[in-house]
Amino acid sequence: MTTEKAARTKRSLLPWPVLRQLADGDVLGRGRSVRSKRTDELEPRTATADRVAHSVCPYCAVGCAQKVFVKDDKVVQIEGNPESPVNRGRLCPKGSASKNLVTSDLRQTTVRYRAPYATEWTDLDLHTAMDMVADRVVRSRRESWQDIDEQGRKVRRTMGIASLGGATLDNEENYLIKKLFTAMGAIQIENQARI
Amino acid sequence: MAEAHPVGFQWVVEAKKRGARIIHVDPRFTRTSALAHQHVPIRVGSDIAFLGGIINHVLQNELDFREYVVNYTNAANIISDKFQDVDDLDGLFSGFDAETRTYDPTSWQFAQEDQQGDLGRAQADDAGDTAAQRNTASGLQNESHGMQVGSRPPRDETLQHPMCVYQVLKRHYARYTPEVVEQICGVSQEDFLEVCRAWTENSGRERTTALVYSVGWTQHSVGVQYIRAGSILQLLTGNMGRPGGGIMALRGHASIQGSTDIPTLFNILPGYLPMPNAEKHQTLTDWIDSVRNPGSKGFWANAGAYGINLLKAYWGDAATPENDFCFDYMPRITGDHGTYRTVLDMIDGKVQGYFLLGQNPAVGSAHGRAQRLGMANLDWLVVRDLFEIESATFWKDSPEVATGEIVPEECRTEVFLFPAASHVEKEGTFTQTQRMLQWREKAVEPPGDARSELWFFYHLGRLVRERLAGSDDERDRPLLDLAWDYPVHGNPEEVAGGWGEPSAEAVLKEINGYEVATGRPLSGFLEMKDDGSTLGGCWIYSGVYADGVNQAARRRSRHDQSFVAPEWGWAWPMNRRILYNRASADPEGRPWSERKAYVWWDEDTQEWTGHDVPDFEKTKPPSYRAPEGSDGVAAIEGIDPFIMQGDGKGALYAPQGLIDGPLPTHYEPVESPFRNLLHGQQGNPTRKEYRRADNPMNPDPRETAAADVFPYVFTTSRLTEHHTAGGMSRYVEHLAELQPEMFVEVSPALAAERGLEHMGWCHVVTARSAIEGRVMVTERLRPLRVEGRTVHQVWMPYHWGQGGLVSGDSANDLFGISLDPNVLIQESKVGTCDVRPGRRPTGPALREYVEGYARRAGVADGDQGPVVTASAAAQQESAAGQDAAQQHSPQQREDQ
Amino acid sequence: MTGPNSLFGPLDPAPDAGYVDAPKRKGFFTDTSVCIGCKACEVACKEWNDVPENLYQMLGTSYDNSHSLNANQWRHVAFIERPGTTPAPDQPAAAPVDIGMPTVGAAPSGVPDEAKPDFQWLMSSDVCKHCTHAACLDVCPTGSLFRSEFGTVVVQDDICNGCGYCVAACPYGVIDRRKGPEGDSRVGIAQKCTLCYDRLTDNQRPACAQACPTESIQYGDVDELRERASERVATLHEQGVMDARLYGNDPEDGVGGTGAFFLLLDEPEVYGLPPDPVVTTKDLPRMYQRAGLAAAAMLAGVAVSFLGRRP
Repeated sequence: MTTEKAARTKRSLLPWPVLRQLADGDVLGRGRSVRSKRTDELEPRTATADRVAHSVCPYCAVGCAQKVFVKDDKVVQIEGNPESPVNRGRLCPKGSASKNLVTSDLRQTTVRYRAPYATEWTDLDLHTAMDMVADRVVRSRRESWQDIDEQGRKVRRTMGIASLGGATLDNEENYLIKKLFTAMGAIQIENQARI
Repeated sequence: MAEAHPVGFQWVVEAKKRGARIIHVDPRFTRTSALAHQHVPIRVGSDIAFLGGIINHVLQNELDFREYVVNYTNAANIISDKFQDVDDLDGLFSGFDAETRTYDPTSWQFAQEDQQGDLGRAQADDAGDTAAQRNTASGLQNESHGMQVGSRPPRDETLQHPMCVYQVLKRHYARYTPEVVEQICGVSQEDFLEVCRAWTENSGRERTTALVYSVGWTQHSVGVQYIRAGSILQLLTGNMGRPGGGIMALRGHASIQGSTDIPTLFNILPGYLPMPNAEKHQTLTDWIDSVRNPGSKGFWANAGAYGINLLKAYWGDAATPENDFCFDYMPRITGDHGTYRTVLDMIDGKVQGYFLLGQNPAVGSAHGRAQRLGMANLDWLVVRDLFEIESATFWKDSPEVATGEIVPEECRTEVFLFPAASHVEKEGTFTQTQRMLQWREKAVEPPGDARSELWFFYHLGRLVRERLAGSDDERDRPLLDLAWDYPVHGNPEEVAGGWGEPSAEAVLKEINGYEVATGRPLSGFLEMKDDGSTLGGCWIYSGVYADGVNQAARRRSRHDQSFVAPEWGWAWPMNRRILYNRASADPEGRPWSERKAYVWWDEDTQEWTGHDVPDFEKTKPPSYRAPEGSDGVAAIEGIDPFIMQGDGKGALYAPQGLIDGPLPTHYEPVESPFRNLLHGQQGNPTRKEYRRADNPMNPDPRETAAADVFPYVFTTSRLTEHHTAGGMSRYVEHLAELQPEMFVEVSPALAAERGLEHMGWCHVVTARSAIEGRVMVTERLRPLRVEGRTVHQVWMPYHWGQGGLVSGDSANDLFGISLDPNVLIQESKVGTCDVRPGRRPTGPALREYVEGYARRAGVADGDQGPVVTASAAAQQESAAGQDAAQQHSPQQREDQ
Repeated sequence: MTGPNSLFGPLDPAPDAGYVDAPKRKGFFTDTSVCIGCKACEVACKEWNDVPENLYQMLGTSYDNSHSLNANQWRHVAFIERPGTTPAPDQPAAAPVDIGMPTVGAAPSGVPDEAKPDFQWLMSSDVCKHCTHAACLDVCPTGSLFRSEFGTVVVQDDICNGCGYCVAACPYGVIDRRKGPEGDSRVGIAQKCTLCYDRLTDNQRPACAQACPTESIQYGDVDELRERASERVATLHEQGVMDARLYGNDPEDGVGGTGAFFLLLDEPEVYGLPPDPVVTTKDLPRMYQRAGLAAAAMLAGVAVSFLGRRP
């Protein structure tokens, strides 16, 4: 137990606050004698977490190290890692809002589908949606395939499929994305780095 | 920096407490200015004039760090006497072809000595297709490659030869006097000279000066030359490769550096290898030689190993020496396939499917209307994001639905919005802005059907391959032969059902590279072989998995290691934290000063040592001189710190690789209320343009009557409280409430001129759109005095769209599309506009209103007037400088 | 005059509230000369303490859209745009020194005054002061507000009945009853900064101080922070920032000094702070004393009257 913890006074057994005040030396009843049981038992979420995952802030490119505290498989706190030579435990308002970001009620958790000419979303099963996208990739690739370009040069590609994104994705993800698209012959693969 | 990178700014605050002087150059007074010693307001788009002025100050007063400059830069190199500079040619360099608006850089080359004959031919060959280079963003030999120059060009180390780089540079910037800086930039001579004094007094043996820019610098039609100008200044003052010096790009996304290193970009492959070009790269040898630069110095000489390791990582067992490691499986680029070209192609109905991966172009890209109209003309669109962002809902609530240009019942685009896993719900590495990879652990499972991109693309690949299984069509071989067998883990049910999460660590090991036969991870790229016995997906990342240890996951406390903190994460290349750090020692290998010691040559152990990993061959002594005729790594001498450059020297002058000239020169932005004070050539003559009626640019000031339609200059940037296009901030309560509304900052003087009331409404108009916001009248914006006239600058944040907890108009709707010729990045930090009190029109009336402006400005047809405005005589003389007529294919002439 | 259980004057509050071997008093020193107005403190506070949103409304007071400290805003960053203080012309033009703010040069020839940024942007993160003599605590009838072993003043949500006496008592207008959002468990209850009481019990720093990128918000032992603050003021004065001054550090002031005190670059009013706050219960003892005398006199009178009736 830390010194400061030790200094936390135990709740008096005396039932009546006035007696506690006198007994605790807290004559005016403003401190030790008025603590509730809950107050005495308070512990920070960072201390009661089941585990801590080491992470990195997802916003700008400074690369602030974050500690992600998890309790019952839920994120209960995200804060800077004081050991990091980059941020020394500090975070900006965006980094500080990371828990809000990942636990937001506004997050999408199902696949939403908008059929051609539809005016509303419908929900779609994840695996069905994956199959549908794979079908469209295969079809568009076939329909827009070029073995040679208009000047007869071998190009072996599709100009029918494009992509944009990746600056907030992991290196491993971008690696697979570029690898798959390249094998597919899709070349209009772009990124925030061009913007 | 305090605005967009507050935590990085802690180091500036700490430096300030230790005595550093902080100067902030910015059009507006920001949170950074609030803590700076000096804030220098500058006209948007005039940075080259400003930096050129400082360069001139350094050269006129001989304040350069001479020993550094002579030994470590190309200042002494002698340039061909055919070279003509902009002062002779009204703002053009020699070799300009008005038809393609590109240069033949033959006359820019270094003078050739006899033994350089072969290389001279190579230079000329390489230089011959600058129009194609512009289209394929392959100037600079694909962004990071050294120049294809001879390893030993002729030099005059007295720096007196009239055609040596130093003297050419001095003449080039002679016109950038304090008076001219004041005229062009609106910066007082006193303020300007104070910056010059601070910069030069704080550079040298004992002190270093750091230049920090945010990537708004790249968003100009001369963006690359902005950064070149900064580089020239930092080389002249001896600040490169040294602690406390250098140029720091503050990038704006968690792994935007990583997504360039391992690109999702059309023109490059991992490790900055070029995407094969149908014209130039017919064979594996062509491709490798274009990177290897035979005859040049440096580590690109090993490009064969880098390229073959990538091919082997892609196609595994199918890639053999006999089939050139499946080089033919690579698709070929033939021109401009950048994001803006692609969006215009969408509008033209040429693209069927589009993936948006954590990206919100409906708000974040220039010319939002074009972005949304493009998306509305697809067959299918896949959006992967945390929230229901604007790019997923354009079909029901975009501004074009309001104007009637998109009618939901008539819009055929099929939209899939997949929920994405957040950064705590998956493992993997981000590469931060100083090239450092940091591994993230997975904290929790993603909610519901949210999944990582790793999961999505692994399974998409699997499903596509399943559909093509058994195909005997040759075009399907690259997919069927793809090495796509990654171990999966995670939720046992999903794994059993074939939908497990692929192992990011397995992918990282492939990126790092390993021995094919044994699976032993490589310790670094020097172990990469060009015979197929090793594979590795990204040579510059090789070493991140050395000894089978995830080096990016290292987290030794900063308290338990040196100030360089080499055991926190892993930086490419080979964990070097400062690039080119051999320059932190003098030519003899001793620290320039004890204060600034970083790496040095240890005479006792006969090797380079120091606080960081030396960015130099460990045992090559400072005294090493290359044998006659050597090239590649052997040609790097003991005094050549810039080991990726063809001559080992820092490039004050770039004889090739830049589409728009060997030296930065001031051009006005594409949209500007001012004529170019220096030359007849108004803007960057080589800029990339898409002239179409749906992409009108505001008129330039030579159309004087029309220029009155858009009298003001505007710029945009970020607020601390929001993140780029708002997809990760407008949907988050604790951020949205901090900056809940779109606003427009104006000076009290402009407010008076236009009748704008603080906190009332106003709208801003360009030829593309009109957007509205609340008026913020503030003295943080001041009118400037430029070329004898007052210019009002307007500032806006660009975080809002119609979605989220807080919504508003998007500032990026105001910009048109015109691009830097080297890297095809749009000019979206400066434009001209009108500002009016009150709200903008709504519904179809909005388009009529905007088109009325375009008509009055005379640009409704998309024609802004001529790009090349140098005098006819200058154009002729520049063209005459070409050695020979260059062959340009019709393809390359398109879309200049 | 200060003694145990005093309601005014210098005091170490935790022992005074009955804590034996209390840790050193903890507090904040907010150095506004390095505040960059990023609002990380506001957000980190809300994330840790589950403080709901305050308001989605642009206020037009520079970049401040949080309005003020209230039940849903336990940290509040003020932004003040104002003309800068031009250094005295006779001040020597020294070698590069830190003067803490943008310099202002002499008016150049040919450039109009309009181009000169004679301007300052002040930012300051305000918070509950954790007064040595906390009126909110003194008037709380339920014992919901209590003095912690760290000398801080904390609301106990489980005890507060929402009477609101504390709201009127606070000389800084900090404590406030939560009005919304609907459904929040603490609506109606008095709310304010706890100096992250729960974190302190585990030797962790308060969330705002942990996040603050520039160490504008410093957490620690009040004694040590006061020393550090005095040194910082002296340094700034040496550098010519004569406007630097401390606010709340003086144990002799109207609230006995605050546990959270500030380095300001202008008068407190400029930041929306009361210039000379006085604990509203300062006069209670005197009032009690008077009331006691009166009561005694009355008792005496009564006694006399009884006496008088004795034959």
